[in-house]
Amino acid sequence: MKDFLQLKKNIKKDFSGFKTIKLAVLGDTATQFLTQALVGQGYEHGINLDIWEADFNQIERQVYDPSSELYGFKPEYVIVFKASHKLLGKYNKLKPDEYTMLASNEISSIETICSTITNNLDAKVIYYNYTEIDDAIFGNHANKTESSFLYQLRKLNFGLMELASKNPNLYLCDLSSIQNQVGKPVMFQPAMYINTEMVLSIDILPNVAAKTLDLISTLNGKFKKCVILDLDNTTWGGIIGDDGLENIQIGSLGIGKAFSEFQYWVKKLKNRGIIVAICSKNTESVAKEPFEKHPDMVLHLEDISVFIANWENKADNIRQIQSILNIGFDSMVFLDDNPFERNIVRENIPEICVPELPEDPADYLEFLYGLNLFETVSFSNEDSERTKLYQIEAERAKTAQKFTNEDDFLKNLAMVSTVAPFNKFNTPRIAQLSQRSNQFNLRTVRYSEADIERISKSGDYATFSFTLEDKFGDNGLICAIILQKENEDTLFVDTWFMSCRVLKRGMENFVLNTIVDYAKENGFHTIKGEYIPTAKNPMMKDHYPNLGFDKDGTFFTLDVNHYQTKSNYIKVKN
Amino acid sequence: MTRNEILTSVNEIFIETMDNKDIVLEEKTQAADVDEWDSIIHILLVVAIEKKFNIRFASNEIQNWKDIGEIIDSISSKI
Repeated sequence: MKDFLQLKKNIKKDFSGFKTIKLAVLGDTATQFLTQALVGQGYEHGINLDIWEADFNQIERQVYDPSSELYGFKPEYVIVFKASHKLLGKYNKLKPDEYTMLASNEISSIETICSTITNNLDAKVIYYNYTEIDDAIFGNHANKTESSFLYQLRKLNFGLMELASKNPNLYLCDLSSIQNQVGKPVMFQPAMYINTEMVLSIDILPNVAAKTLDLISTLNGKFKKCVILDLDNTTWGGIIGDDGLENIQIGSLGIGKAFSEFQYWVKKLKNRGIIVAICSKNTESVAKEPFEKHPDMVLHLEDISVFIANWENKADNIRQIQSILNIGFDSMVFLDDNPFERNIVRENIPEICVPELPEDPADYLEFLYGLNLFETVSFSNEDSERTKLYQIEAERAKTAQKFTNEDDFLKNLAMVSTVAPFNKFNTPRIAQLSQRSNQFNLRTVRYSEADIERISKSGDYATFSFTLEDKFGDNGLICAIILQKENEDTLFVDTWFMSCRVLKRGMENFVLNTIVDYAKENGFHTIKGEYIPTAKNPMMKDHYPNLGFDKDGTFFTLDVNHYQTKSNYIKVKN
Repeated sequence: MTRNEILTSVNEIFIETMDNKDIVLEEKTQAADVDEWDSIIHILLVVAIEKKFNIRFASNEIQNWKDIGEIIDSISSKI
């Protein structure tokens, strides 16, 4: 990680080509250095932060005055940073019989601040939670005493989590966990606080900025979806081909505990929806043996979406994993104990994240915790099903090889789709796809749950969601369409994104038929589409022309009255 | 460490922190003599000096230095 001076030098570098994001910073302590660190760290994340910083201690004035600079600036994100030391100052001034009310009073004031911001701005609020201060008035007994400051502070942090879990526009940046990682003496320097009203030490600013940028870039659709594991000395200790099944170190053998705990971590990631793939230099049958037979293995073959073990070079193997999963290299993490393999992969596939694992496997987990690789802004039940979906995809790929005629293959799949408008049941999944989907996304406009809810209730839009089920299994919700009623004649395709899992199934034709049917039933004559290029969606470039749209300036239009229903093998599920 | 050696180290820290190779400090140099030396940069300088010499300044020291010579006094009293 770069230190503060290096981040400060970043500020002078060239940010052109990066996405610009408008961010407001509101704090009750001095935030100049934090702001500089955020801009500098933005360079590391490929984001050009356009920051407006409120004057010191102006949170309430900026938020409650509708004509304030905050609302004039129209940020997309608002950081609200209330420091623990200010909270302590507030507590100190309370009468003893008011101590127990501190946390609940703060929560309701934070709730009002957030709702005022989000009601008046199309913005998300990032709230920094509270780093712990034990004022040592009660000692350990603080934990048993509701009126102690520590009790109130922890109650407040917990209350924030409850608040954030209910409020789709409120996100917490976990300052408290940074302090747990580095310790309070690193996080906070009393002399600096007394002299300057700054509560974050110079040394910790890069960590805080990185944690904030992790959140912002994830909200902008940049995050990790897959972890690729090496086996020997990464997933277990020893070399399976040399040492044999009985002698590899997992469980209680040797330093097996380190590998078992690592495997539990990977398993939890898999349960959260991260795809797990294996890339190992081994004979496949030998590499699979521990997964099938070793009693102490935590990971099993059903946890692995793609298993590649051969003697080819790992960069090529990872390219193959990428082509099966159909996700960007920049959403993949490769873990390998061998520096040589790491370098080969890094040199050949620069987009992929290859952490420099410590030499001692005992250090793996703490090192990986510190990197915060798997930041996410959503979690749905479907995430935990993802492994199964990709395994089914691998099966489908095998079946596809048997059918030389693609039509025969598609017919044979017996595909059915449920078409429904956006509703409260599918909103979380649609919002999530809106964040995740990169390749099959015509305009890449990201919508949060709150946005989706607002659009579904508005009379200016028609919305459709599509599921796809076939004889191998249910893909779940895989496509969403938002049509904006531009005028009496024209429907504008504001959003069209699809999961890459269902490419080449005729889904595009099925979706367009559905759109045209809707247009005809509601008296619209023209459907207008737009393609906004990004680094990830070049394969959508000719999407509209391929579907029979005519080019019309920067847009594409389709005349509904001369439309020929497009053939496909998907039936509507009732 | 002699006062001169300390001065050289402090000079390097100023150059690095302010990203300006032309800074030449003397014992008599004051904040007003160096363009970039404002209250914000001052904090970065303090943290960098503390790190370099592995010392900690007291809050009242940080606020009361009049020139580089007094900073060197503080440093040499701690190493």
